[in-house]
Amino acid sequence: MSDAFVSLSDLTLSYGQTVAVPDLDLDIAEGELIALLGPSGCGKTTTMRAIAGLLTPTSGKIVIDGRDVTRTPANQRGIGLVFQSYALFPHLSAFENVAFGLRLKKLPEREIRAKTEAGLDTVGLAGFEKRKPAELSGGQQQRLALARSLVMEPKVLLLDEPLSNLDARLRLEMRTELQRVQKDTGVTMVFVTHDQSEALALADRIVLMKDGRIEQLGTPDELYARPATVFAADFMGFENIFSVNGMELVSETGRLPLGFEADCPKIAWRPAGVTVGEGPHSGKVVASSFAGDHREYVLETPLGQIKADAPIEIAEVPAGAVVSFDLPQSTSRALAA
Amino acid sequence: MARTTNWVVLGLTLTFLIGPFIIIIFAGASAGESLAFPPAGLSLKWYAKVFTVESFRQSFMLSMFLAVFGTLAALLIGVPAAYALNRYKLPGDETIRTIVAAPIIVPGIIVGLALLRYLVVPLDFTVTMALFFAHTALVLPYAVRVVSSSLHNLRADMEEAAVLLGCSRLQAFTKVVLPNIRGGVLAAFILGFVTSFNQVPVSLFLSGPGVRTLPIDMLAYMEITYDPSVAALSALLAFMSLAIVFAAERLLGFSRYV
Ligand SMILES: Nc1ncnc2c1ncn2[C@@H]1O[C@H](COP(=O)(O)OP(=O)(O)O)[C@@H](O)[C@H]1O
Ligand SMILES: [Mg+2]
Repeated sequence: MSDAFVSLSDLTLSYGQTVAVPDLDLDIAEGELIALLGPSGCGKTTTMRAIAGLLTPTSGKIVIDGRDVTRTPANQRGIGLVFQSYALFPHLSAFENVAFGLRLKKLPEREIRAKTEAGLDTVGLAGFEKRKPAELSGGQQQRLALARSLVMEPKVLLLDEPLSNLDARLRLEMRTELQRVQKDTGVTMVFVTHDQSEALALADRIVLMKDGRIEQLGTPDELYARPATVFAADFMGFENIFSVNGMELVSETGRLPLGFEADCPKIAWRPAGVTVGEGPHSGKVVASSFAGDHREYVLETPLGQIKADAPIEIAEVPAGAVVSFDLPQSTSRALAA
Repeated sequence: MARTTNWVVLGLTLTFLIGPFIIIIFAGASAGESLAFPPAGLSLKWYAKVFTVESFRQSFMLSMFLAVFGTLAALLIGVPAAYALNRYKLPGDETIRTIVAAPIIVPGIIVGLALLRYLVVPLDFTVTMALFFAHTALVLPYAVRVVSSSLHNLRADMEEAAVLLGCSRLQAFTKVVLPNIRGGVLAAFILGFVTSFNQVPVSLFLSGPGVRTLPIDMLAYMEITYDPSVAALSALLAFMSLAIVFAAERLLGFSRYV
């Protein structure tokens, strides 16, 4: 790809004999906001560390801004990394934490001061210059770490689980913050997360990873609407996944006729894609819970338990009652194995 | 009931810990001619006399030299060693740890004898040199141990952050690691200083004409002269140790590191 700003090709990353990421290919455009999404241990941090230069690839190539940096030391790559643990310098004030990299560049003192203050201002920490990291809240520490990387004007900014250590309210605030910073600075950003909603909300494109490999790559829309594999579908909230055998749905516990032709090994429905109250099948309500704008049911069926969301307008079916339901073609998603 | 027991235990402990110290202070402040408790009257003449004994002055200087420079040398080796042991998976690092700890485990008198037998006699080391090596080796385990524990609390990603901001590995060490373990390093220095200064068994064999550490010199002095000046000197040394530890505590909360 000619317009790739960051390009990883045939990248293999290992710890000793253990291969964490085998043969990864990924192109990232300039100014793009990419999410590396996947369960814990799938190689997200490893990939990020390789881009930053903290981990030397076993094989493969990393090109950034047209330059092969595979063997370039981490301190000469011009890449920012916000660590999951923030990794702030506890002995330095907020100001000196942000100024740290600028001082190493031997910039004139006036410029250091101006850039540091601007950086602190960007993340809403003006007035906190003299505080030590320990005297800041979790969210403030996070933003300080962000400012420390941003003032270096990195070619690429990497963020490892930037929201995972924050409480729910701060997480939402920080999300908006990250989006704003990215829009303002136009910096190419790669952030790691294991939370699909975070990836969907923030990213231009999502790289869904599994066992060190890319399972699926696409825009949030694509991934949300058209996951290609069982793994991707499961991650994107298609909670009812069954095998297809001719015109039948098959699970470990039994089978159910499929009302349409499906030429795929697996098929899936979101809870919201299951019709409740009408349809050719019937199931017993095991559990029912109110969720504001809809009601969540768990139905006992020949296929095992099925999760189904019903519009709130449909009268509640009590637990123990039998209700008819449908698995329509329109809301189904055909999957590869 | 339990309260009373607590107070009794506390009282006994303090008596045993501080009692000897009190006795020494008063024994040294005697107006009499021989070491005794209770003292035969009070005066400061023995405290004054300590400063006039030439051999005390010499051996004090030697002990000071060994404690300061032996400990500095131990830190010069110990800080990088602790760092390497903490940060890298080295082949045989357990063996290295054991070797480093050896001077604590092996009885000092054997260390002293070994140094005499294998350094001083065959290699023609001066006694001062041998003492210097002995004290460095003796303090090294403490240096490694104390510095290790403060390194242990320092996350490695902080150095990586420094590197990504442009530091070389060495700069990351001096700009980020050292400032954050300086309390531990100072604690190691004080611990080493006191250990070295009070060290007897290793130094026992390593003395020569005019070359004795202070504790050994005090032993020798007592064999000939049984006057209260040794008690006075002991009290002064105890005050010196206290002052150092107190200053360190005030400066950076020494007790956090030991
Ligand atoms: N320092 C390490 N030494 C050995 N194996 C590691 C190390 N760090 C990570 N791994 C392994 O590499 C794989 C990927 O880890 P990581 O990139 O940290 O996953 P993620 O960030 O997606 O949770 C995991 O199987 C993990 O056990
Ligand atoms: Mg991780």
